[in-house]
Amino acid sequence: MIRHTVGRLTATIVIAVVLALFALPMLWLASAPFDDTPSITTSIPDFTLGNFSAILDNPYALGSIRNSLIQGGGAAVVVVVLAALAAYALSRVRVPGRDVLLYLLLLLSSVVTGTAAMVPIFELATRLGLIDTHLGVVLVVSGGLLPAAIFILKDFMDETPTSYEESARVFGATPLQILRHIVVPLVRPGLATIAVWALASVWGGFLFQFILLRDPEKAPGSVILYTLYTEGGAPKLDLISTFSLLYSLPVVAMYLFVSQRYGFRFHGGIKR
Amino acid sequence: MSVADAAGLGRGRAIAFVLPALALIAVFLVFPALWTIYLGLTDYRLTGLAAAEPRFVGVDNYTGALSDPRFLTSLWLTLAYVGGSAVIGQAGLGFTLAWLLRTRTGPVRRVLEGVVLLAWILPSTVVGFLWYALLDSDDGTLNALLSTPGLAWLLDYPLLSIIVFNVWRGTAFSMMLYSAALENVPPSHLETARLAGAGVFQQLRDVVVPLIRRHILTNLLLISLWTFNDFTPFVLTGGGPEGRSEILPVYVYRVALKDGQLGAGAAISFLILLINLLFALAYLRLLRGRRRPQEAAATPGPPA
Repeated sequence: MIRHTVGRLTATIVIAVVLALFALPMLWLASAPFDDTPSITTSIPDFTLGNFSAILDNPYALGSIRNSLIQGGGAAVVVVVLAALAAYALSRVRVPGRDVLLYLLLLLSSVVTGTAAMVPIFELATRLGLIDTHLGVVLVVSGGLLPAAIFILKDFMDETPTSYEESARVFGATPLQILRHIVVPLVRPGLATIAVWALASVWGGFLFQFILLRDPEKAPGSVILYTLYTEGGAPKLDLISTFSLLYSLPVVAMYLFVSQRYGFRFHGGIKR
Repeated sequence: MSVADAAGLGRGRAIAFVLPALALIAVFLVFPALWTIYLGLTDYRLTGLAAAEPRFVGVDNYTGALSDPRFLTSLWLTLAYVGGSAVIGQAGLGFTLAWLLRTRTGPVRRVLEGVVLLAWILPSTVVGFLWYALLDSDDGTLNALLSTPGLAWLLDYPLLSIIVFNVWRGTAFSMMLYSAALENVPPSHLETARLAGAGVFQQLRDVVVPLIRRHILTNLLLISLWTFNDFTPFVLTGGGPEGRSEILPVYVYRVALKDGQLGAGAAISFLILLINLLFALAYLRLLRGRRRPQEAAATPGPPA
């Protein structure tokens, strides 16, 4: 009994400490945007909404959020659809060398998406005429996200029982119908998780967007954030903090929506 | 895993389902990777004569990298970074949180999960500024809280700073994965162990870990790979001071773009790929070696 009480108390303390540690860096995001003269110290703000009208006056701010939506949304759709199709096929049909292939692609994706392949990617995009297009960003980042997405989704598919599919097949459903009406509803939390993950990755991504887009009209918010400096090179903290807050809201809203609606977790878990 | 082809896909349709994803991966991932390997064998540079007409130099870039003391320093830093922030930090903290929250419901669980997940989904560029504001030596929030004015965390403890940062950033993934895994552990098994007098540590070692071994290994592989190739610490420290937080991705950036030696940078990238391959092989070995006894234990759920 005593051991149980001590255990419970320790658990509560650990939870409180972790909560404080995780919340601490975010406080600045809650205070600085509303501060008349923000510094980098978190403090009770001299309340103002002036920073918001100032950021709206920036010619690229709002447009950049729209660009992020196009690029992030586009990549999320491409990744979820293609990964779901591939993961389903790989889960249900035995393809020789399937696991080795997946592991190799996963390895490649985590290495190549960094700084390593920047030059080839830039040259490739130039030759395909994808520089300064939303499509270029969507295709490049999707290529990097797909292996991990297939890897994670295949585990969801492996977990779902095949008996429903067998019954549907007896009644004459085509494989696409089965996928759409039976498998997709079963793995919906997985699809939602992958969609949020893909969109959040693109939303904060900087490197590829920076090298693939020259035209500031097409740049996403993550790139525009780094233009909010004075001519002397000092960060304009009022604009940066305000834009950071505005730019974070859509992903947070999307996460809340998805977690309410579908549950944002690895139901059943990753198995292999 | 079903091998019965329940939906009647057949080879042809299965290939058609896989093809679009594979095509995209081939063009935008495999092709640039092969190109990188080729560049690693040349003296291609960002500017100058070798930019226009790169020469084939064979394995010179590889011998050059392996004999560069900064590469070896960087490799050790990276291993410390991965070990500290991914294996111990993210996986350890993620599992601890999943274990503590397992029996809880209500606001405490929702708030804690929400904050940890928020750290994971906030845009990286925004997160960079948040930590800059937290750790700044003159006006940083942390120094104000700890009453340690002027302590330059990023200069005095660069490796520790990026390790803590990465734990903060990435714990959510491990926490979610272990939460899902722990749902597969039947409470009756834990109850039996408890009645037999097993402490928490013994319950974990004898009941939980054997049941979720595969989740643990998958988790360690993914977060190790992601952390190994993570460029984000550059935002905080720029690899400095004096290379004390120059992990391998930052080292590649310095060699390839700052020094303009694209060929040498590509060669180092390939070395990183080989090191990651070792990680994956070790992981697969562990997974294989343990599969049989686990199946014999008649685990619940669909057979693997």
